[in-house]
Amino acid sequence: MTSSSPAAIPVPPPAAAREAYGPALVKLADAGHDIVALDADLSASTGGNKLAASHPDRWFTVGAAEQNMISIAAGLASTGKTVYAASFAVFMPGHCFDQIRVQIAQQRMNVKLIASHGGISVGEDGASAQAIEDLALMTSLPGMNVVVPSDAVEADWAIRRAAEDNEPWYIRLGRPKLPIIHLDESISRFELGHAERIREGDDLTLIACGLMVEPTIRAADALADEGVGARVLNMASIKPLDEEAVIQAAQQTGAIVCAEEHNVIGGLGSAVARTLAAHCPVPMEQVGIEDRFGQSGPWTALLQEYGLTAESVAVAAKRALARK
Amino acid sequence: MTTSTVTAADTSALLDVCKRIRRHIVEMTHAAQSGHPGGSLSATEIFAALYFGGVARHDPANPQWGRRDRVILSKGHATPVVYATLAEAGYFDREVIPTFRALGTELQGHVVRNKPPGVEMSGGALGMGLSFAVGIALGHQLDGLADDEGQIFVVVGDGELNEGQNWEAIMSASHFGLHRITAIVDRNHFQNDGPGDEIMRIDPVGDKWAAFGWGVQHVDGHDVEAVRDAMLTARARSDAPQVVICETVKGRGVSFMAENPAGWHGKGPSDEQLAQALEEIDGGLT
Repeated sequence: MTSSSPAAIPVPPPAAAREAYGPALVKLADAGHDIVALDADLSASTGGNKLAASHPDRWFTVGAAEQNMISIAAGLASTGKTVYAASFAVFMPGHCFDQIRVQIAQQRMNVKLIASHGGISVGEDGASAQAIEDLALMTSLPGMNVVVPSDAVEADWAIRRAAEDNEPWYIRLGRPKLPIIHLDESISRFELGHAERIREGDDLTLIACGLMVEPTIRAADALADEGVGARVLNMASIKPLDEEAVIQAAQQTGAIVCAEEHNVIGGLGSAVARTLAAHCPVPMEQVGIEDRFGQSGPWTALLQEYGLTAESVAVAAKRALARK
Repeated sequence: MTTSTVTAADTSALLDVCKRIRRHIVEMTHAAQSGHPGGSLSATEIFAALYFGGVARHDPANPQWGRRDRVILSKGHATPVVYATLAEAGYFDREVIPTFRALGTELQGHVVRNKPPGVEMSGGALGMGLSFAVGIALGHQLDGLADDEGQIFVVVGDGELNEGQNWEAIMSASHFGLHRITAIVDRNHFQNDGPGDEIMRIDPVGDKWAAFGWGVQHVDGHDVEAVRDAMLTARARSDAPQVVICETVKGRGVSFMAENPAGWHGKGPSDEQLAQALEEIDGGLT
């Protein structure tokens, strides 16, 4: 997507990234993909129940048993199926990390892990329901593709793109309804390992994923009003990371801000910092959850409390600029 | 249609295979000076019956044959018995066996899927094999395999049954009606830290499986004909998943291991111990 002339495209109503999953599964099954989807007693929330309704032979629920679900997924994949397994991000990988590690990642199984309810935007359910560490766990597994779409449209693209290879994927989706950023496939679409350039700018680069992409665009627009040219990269693909885009951003703009709905340890910011340290060290600031657990509250209030806002990104941008 | 190229061995041939498997187990753990001989020796008759007794339909020349039966080692530390059996069955060259656990070998310390060909699942983290089997069975059902095709045999340890995931899998195999699955419990009564009854009691183990809806058989796990017959009976059933609980002795066939099973969970024999072990193995089970 670029900033040029989006006015002609009608703006759809807000949607949750997780809402993309069920319809994407149905599209894949309708198109004849040899997919099987698994749920663990959360199918109404993940959307897996939509496949259950349209292709009942292609869907199984294992009850509230995530470890069993992951190993079953691996067994199904060993018979040649493309397997989707869905749960909440706190339970998958939270309940079943070793099963993912040994049976999906080490065996390089064709299993796509769809984790809904990622981050603190789950809201009122509180800390036990809020995954702030899942990206750290998943990016640490060799061979695992890790993707955090920024809206329901990009989520749909990523979920269906995952069916086109035989690799393990982890796709993290959010619960709240968010504005749609991706208005037209002719403007851009999801590519694994490629950053999406949403705003042009030469003074610094803002790199975001998931729910933080939209406020980061607003931060860039606010900075533009103050005469600061902020490049914005949507880094849905955390692993593989578009290192070239990161290095180019560092070389051309000289400062970086990363924004994510995750602990500042082990997520997008860590991946970007690693690339910068190795290739082109420049001042970098992080907007994220500062190594503390979540709590109950309306999701919008939680984002304020934890500093996951456009204002926080703009403030971090000024800190980074001051260090140039 | 391709069928299994392996014909069932007679009893004397089975007993010979057991001896050769046991020799490989002590030789490879001696060469590596590590590995898990005790829980491999206890499972020797189980693997001999599976691969040589006409129980599992398989084809060493075509390990990926789609309608093959799958043999899964869930108690993944008993890797030596798998490599010994696959080598004897012709899946790979026996000459490779001494590389067990060496840098760069296919014969990893715990089994790795398709290394060598014939290994169906990576192991080492306990409790995952039955769930994996549930996935295979669901896949075979979707693919429309005939009732007697694509059976899945899962070898689990008794200590391994401490892991809760087993019971999730046992529940779901029954729920989904997956008659293709036969579990084989190597009931050797010892786990890493000592006697199972002291560490974590699992009795009445047969009643537990039965309560979860499985058909249960108990056999002497070192009577290779009895083990074979029980597994063939299980294979022929198409009403519910089946379990064969094999009463075994950890370290069976090597006296100093069988007498001190806790000491031989995870180490290799010395030169002198190897010589004694081979002599005893050649003498057969007494």
